[in-house]
Amino acid sequence: MRVTFAAMHLPRLCAAVLTLAASLPAAAQNLADHTYTTTDIEAGARVYIADCALCHGANGDGVDGVDLRRGRFRTVRSDDDVRRVVTQGVAGSRMPSFDLSAAELNGIVAYIRAGFDPSGVAVRVGDPARGQAIFEGQGRCVGCHRVNGVGGRRLAPDLGEIGIARTAAALQRTILDPNAALLPINRPIRAVTRGGETVRGRRLNEDTYTVQLIDSEGQLRSLAKADLREYEVTTTATMRPTSLSADQVADVIGYLLTLRGIS
Amino acid sequence: MTTIRARFVLVAALAATATAPPTPLKAQVPPERILNAAAEPGNWLTYNGTYSSQRYSALDEITPGNVDDLELKWMLPNQVFGAWQTNPIVVDGIMYITQRPNDVLALDPATGRVFWVYRHTNAENARVCCGANNRGVAIHGDRVFMGTLDAHLIALDRITGRALWKTTVGDVNLAYSITMAPLVIDDKVIVGVGGGEFGIRGFVAAYDVETGAEVWKFYTIPGPGEPGHDTWEGDDWEHGGAPAWITGSYDPQLNLTYWGIGNPGPDWNAAQRPGDNLYSDAVVALNADTGELVWHFQFTPNDAYDYDSVQVPVLVDMPWNGQPRRLMLWANRNGYFYVLDRTNGQFLSGTPFVRVNWSSGLDANGRPIPTPQPEGQPTYPGNQGGTNWYPPSYSPRTGLFYFSAWEDYATIYRPEESEYRPGQAFLGGGFDVLTPVPGAPTVGIGRTSPINNWTDAVGHGAVIAMDPRTGQPRWKFEQYDVSDSGMLTTASDLLFTGGREGYFHALDARTGEELWKAALGGQIVMAPVTYEVNGRQYITVVSGNSMVTFGLRD
Ligand code: HEC
Ligand code: HEC
Repeated sequence: MRVTFAAMHLPRLCAAVLTLAASLPAAAQNLADHTYTTTDIEAGARVYIADCALCHGANGDGVDGVDLRRGRFRTVRSDDDVRRVVTQGVAGSRMPSFDLSAAELNGIVAYIRAGFDPSGVAVRVGDPARGQAIFEGQGRCVGCHRVNGVGGRRLAPDLGEIGIARTAAALQRTILDPNAALLPINRPIRAVTRGGETVRGRRLNEDTYTVQLIDSEGQLRSLAKADLREYEVTTTATMRPTSLSADQVADVIGYLLTLRGIS
Repeated sequence: MTTIRARFVLVAALAATATAPPTPLKAQVPPERILNAAAEPGNWLTYNGTYSSQRYSALDEITPGNVDDLELKWMLPNQVFGAWQTNPIVVDGIMYITQRPNDVLALDPATGRVFWVYRHTNAENARVCCGANNRGVAIHGDRVFMGTLDAHLIALDRITGRALWKTTVGDVNLAYSITMAPLVIDDKVIVGVGGGEFGIRGFVAAYDVETGAEVWKFYTIPGPGEPGHDTWEGDDWEHGGAPAWITGSYDPQLNLTYWGIGNPGPDWNAAQRPGDNLYSDAVVALNADTGELVWHFQFTPNDAYDYDSVQVPVLVDMPWNGQPRRLMLWANRNGYFYVLDRTNGQFLSGTPFVRVNWSSGLDANGRPIPTPQPEGQPTYPGNQGGTNWYPPSYSPRTGLFYFSAWEDYATIYRPEESEYRPGQAFLGGGFDVLTPVPGAPTVGIGRTSPINNWTDAVGHGAVIAMDPRTGQPRWKFEQYDVSDSGMLTTASDLLFTGGREGYFHALDARTGEELWKAALGGQIVMAPVTYEVNGRQYITVVSGNSMVTFGLRD
């Protein structure tokens, strides 16, 4: 039998079950707890122009190997690290120490984390070591995720390079509101073959006639749509919103940002 | 020694039989042959097959009944990476193609073996917005012609591949370029220029096939004192874009040549260039002898969305409201399908073929009623348009007009003031493709990965079979990814097309039913062509970095 164009409507029909905005108000509430305020960012902009721009430049990339706007650092990871560098300076280098108020310090971190954009969102980035402990313990992330092949199951994405692939803001969105942050390619799949087998998994690739996925057994599968009785792409993430505190989420983000593949 | 020589002789003898041209090699392709190209469907003599640009072939050896017997005849890999958009010209058993950036190849269309390669080295500062593309050559007499990325036009001897003359068409320092296949009319070779993202002042120009001397030049932006100049303010016209980067069509009876004109510049900040910005996003009808403007029709005045009107003008004679009429069919990047009277540019009908929200409809003259979306809101169709430059097809047998459309695809624009600097990008801001999740992967120009991680959530492709009489699709053939494939129809009511997923399809042109497909893997961007060698029909299509040719099993 040939695949006629009626069969190709299948994925389109499934798109009708989209419920994207369902949990938005709650998510916005959550996000507010985890971010710096616009007032913080604006205060930071004033400090930056007065005290930092001279060396780091208007775009944040004036010092070799450091791009403050894009979050590229030499040693710094967490927000506390930024605070430490600013209050203590870097010994043996041109980076001086500054005597700033707590509000000014908060502001400069917010301004850097917001990518120098006063209307942006400045995600708090906590301590990577604490974050790793939470990731592997209380957060239960390893129950599902692997990091460079260690822990977890293959159904969930291996997060070994997530620090390169995603921004802090995107990571925060995923942890707090996995449904709203669910990338279209990651939408869970449910298919029933002609033989009656139900296949569930995470989509890897799709075209007009076929779909490739990792199934719930952790196996690679390639299915021809013409051989399926049912094919459904859902917009509800497998991952659930976290119950971790705002500080813990900041720490986990700090950890995830250090995941940059095997060295 | 002897053995080697013996083997050499044997191989040479084999090659001679395999590549023997079907008919004795005619040295000449005089203008009359191009004029009557439809009468010799065994050849493919112009970019769009014939002057009417229908991409319809009278060949009918391959039919719905035997299309399952198509087999691979040959493949020719491109040695240079990037979407390959060449359109083959086939004449008397020789095929002429180009490959990136500006090589011309002559080859045997039955075997894919190459006779010669001509290489043009571009100026180092040659600049194009969207890839080092070239869409093929034009032929006249003993010559083939190619436009180059550094805005030259080159004539080659079609037997030896030697350059005969080279003419400067535009100033490479101002980012003029040529990516289109030229069009030969009579003893002139006509090209337009690209550079709409760099603040050029566009034009279409004709050159003498013998000498390369300029015969006429039509500026797509009128200068001071010319009609239409008042659709620009101040000196905006000097760098207002309006390129012409896709090959036009020709009506010999009217002696009019039709060209689709591209976007005004800067692309996305319309407020910076008040006025209709003629002849950007218009079709112009030029006297083929003089280049004089006879009429124009503007699809998108004061365009803020990069809705180039560089689609192929498809010329069709058919009854309209009971009267025989000389029509032009046009599915525009702006999302509307138009029918125009090609004798005078009169607007006959216009209907949206995808979701459109930049305009709420067209008035009695075909002028859009603008409904610009609030800041941060999506505009439909998105930046690559409801369709784009990829060649459509019209089958006189089915009366349907076929083209690739991008459905459910939108863009959010961020207009900004841009300062014009000679030869530099002149864009007027930026844009984002609408995605369900911020930062998710999206579609752009061409496909660069075998993984579709943007998914149909950002838009998807469809072949639309449009009934020009009603402005309604007769059928649609939907694809999961978007598609930039062109179309080819044949006298056996087959429609050949492809898409970014690398499937090459034969559809029933009447119903849209899929009759055959081949998984070629690389994106199909240009339209397939068909021709005959030794009395057998061949179909050639470019997929990714390979040119692939099919014919019926021997
Ligand atoms: C006199 C020049 C100068 C001034 C002023 C200055 N910096 Fe620096 N900064 C440097 C140099 C040089 C380095 C690199 C230190 C090193 O060698 O690791 C640096 C490093 C840093 C780093 C650490 C990057 C890393 O990962 O190691 C941060 C964060 C930073 N600066 C923030 C600031 C802020 C915030 C201000 C304004 C309050 C500021 N700097 C003012 C010169 C300066
Ligand atoms: C029940 C299994 C499960 C648990 C527990 C879980 N995840 Fe996930 N996670 C997934 C799956 C499956 C996906 C793919 C999308 C989806 O279906 O949610 C995902 C997606 C992600 C992504 C996005 C990957 C991308 O490419 O953008 C991140 C980041 C992530 N998880 C982090 C975490 C962190 C941090 C925790 C612990 C706080 C966690 N996950 C706990 C199953 C889980």
